[in-house]
Amino acid sequence: METLERILAEHAFFTDLAPEHLRLLVSCAANVRFESGQFLFHADEEANQFFLIRKGKVALEVAPPGGPPLTLQTLGEGEILGWSWLVPPYHWLFDARAVEPSLAIALDGKCLRGKCEADHDLGFELLKRFAHIMEERLQATRLQLLDVYGKR
Amino acid sequence: MPAPVHPLMPVPCRVRRVARETHDTFTLVLEVASPPRFRAGQFAMLYVFGVGEVPISFSGDPTEGRPIMHTTREVGTVTSAMRRLRKGAALGIRGPYGKPWPLDEARGLDLVLVAGGIGLAPLRSALYAIVARRGDFGRVVLLYGARSPADVLFAREIERWRNRSEIESLVTVDHASRSWAGDVGVVTSLIPRLAIDPERTLALICGPELMLRFAASALRTAGVGEERIFASLERSMKCAVGLCGRCQIGPSFVCKDGPVFPYDRVRRLLEIREV
Repeated sequence: METLERILAEHAFFTDLAPEHLRLLVSCAANVRFESGQFLFHADEEANQFFLIRKGKVALEVAPPGGPPLTLQTLGEGEILGWSWLVPPYHWLFDARAVEPSLAIALDGKCLRGKCEADHDLGFELLKRFAHIMEERLQATRLQLLDVYGKR
Repeated sequence: MPAPVHPLMPVPCRVRRVARETHDTFTLVLEVASPPRFRAGQFAMLYVFGVGEVPISFSGDPTEGRPIMHTTREVGTVTSAMRRLRKGAALGIRGPYGKPWPLDEARGLDLVLVAGGIGLAPLRSALYAIVARRGDFGRVVLLYGARSPADVLFAREIERWRNRSEIESLVTVDHASRSWAGDVGVVTSLIPRLAIDPERTLALICGPELMLRFAASALRTAGVGEERIFASLERSMKCAVGLCGRCQIGPSFVCKDGPVFPYDRVRRLLEIREV
């Protein structure tokens, strides 16, 4: 059975992390499992975690008033879910729901926030990685907004 | 098809069937006395008598004897008229024109096909050709993005290729309700998931030009050189034989130097803001 340390060490998101930082992350990590349809979190709840999806698919949803929920994005195997734990006021903006049975590693964001304040090198390493993810997701969202498949 | 007397002279053909694909996209299946031998990626000029003529890629199987098919969106006067055609209606066809997808150069290599919206139509032709000689290629992956689940083209065929021909496929849509169990997000976001071997990969991309630019960028980030990325471009066309200049982009004519271009040849041109 793979250990959490090995899984995190081999994941591209954590590449080149100093061993002591990796050990800190492992101490804040736990395996989690979600059934199809189960929510990982809801909008407006406190954001105290982020997830490394190991298997399955998670949908980020928003529920407009009076209408059915809309899916904004899906994330799958190997992808990172959640950065609201890093950004005040630390509340989720959307719902996250497992579209199919999913396995993930949940990392304790609240614990990590404290560790990042105490160790700015760790904070910078995590911020660099999440900044890259935010940039990718922002570009993708902009492309979605352009509605390139719509009629001109 | 016998060589026309004049390169601008269409050959008469009949509509065998008009197949509705989505709310605004349809496929014309044509009966042509001497069907054109085309290669995947090429296009023909289709003429609706008394209305006008438009360039549409071949979307069917290029194998000899297969029906001639063209898939298009209803976007203007000519395509609206086409959509109203019935079985037996007369059309004019001339072609094939243009440079095809480089499938011969792709022998022994992995192929990544990235399609957006109606861009899947010219790549469907390539997929037929790939399936016909599947053993010539390594890993073959289709990444397809559509606006919504209702706009996904050729869903059954994608499933069939996945099950029978070892064509990996990922389909994503820009917007969806909860009833869609597939991926949601732009097609370019699928590229990092692939674990591409860039040195043995050729990429074929087709779709809205903005999507092409983002897809090429994502492929470059994955290590695929621009000379290994081939894009099918679209421009307003008139003569289709490199005479009128209507489809000119920089020093090239899309009709005869394209529509399939190595991306390193057109990247700078696509970034120029047009007047």
